[in-house]
Amino acid sequence: MPLPIKEIKELIISSIPDAIIEIKDLMGDNNHYSAVIKSKVFKGMSKIDQHKLVYKSLKGKMGNELHALSIKTGEK
Amino acid sequence: MSAKDEIKKLIESNEVCLFMKGTPESPQCGFSMTVTNVLKHLDVKFLGINVLEDESLRQGIKEFSDWPTIPQLYVKNEFIGGCDIVKEMFESGDLKKKFDEKSISCK
Repeated sequence: MPLPIKEIKELIISSIPDAIIEIKDLMGDNNHYSAVIKSKVFKGMSKIDQHKLVYKSLKGKMGNELHALSIKTGEK
Repeated sequence: MSAKDEIKKLIESNEVCLFMKGTPESPQCGFSMTVTNVLKHLDVKFLGINVLEDESLRQGIKEFSDWPTIPQLYVKNEFIGGCDIVKEMFESGDLKKKFDEKSISCK
């Protein structure tokens, strides 16, 4: 089942409250997204840990309901 | 052999391992294709492991790396990342640096 952008944003914000999130629906199918996420919490973290934090915020949906979300993280 | 042991063996006995959907000759997913293309572009020799052929590896690698998606790139036993990170590192030149640091031949 596809996951709407609004829900993805809410999930990320609930774990990373200061996140500034931009999400694009790449194919217009609610299934292939790209997200740019900026937060202060990423400071000093490796890219792998930054992405893991985002994946964790999605509570197991990544790779399941959420088929394709390309992520770019950065410090705020 | 458990999936975990099999993964350990694969990443210990092959310098560059890509856990992917499909094969390097014929990737079955756009993200796997992107990483394959990056490695081919850098002329890096790698072993492509098609997780679509083995459900236990497909689940196993996600748990092993604590990473929910595929592809996953390993270089000399170190998890480098998935498609987004590999692409970003390629564009910034950090991927080539990583290969140089680890004495992996690349262009």
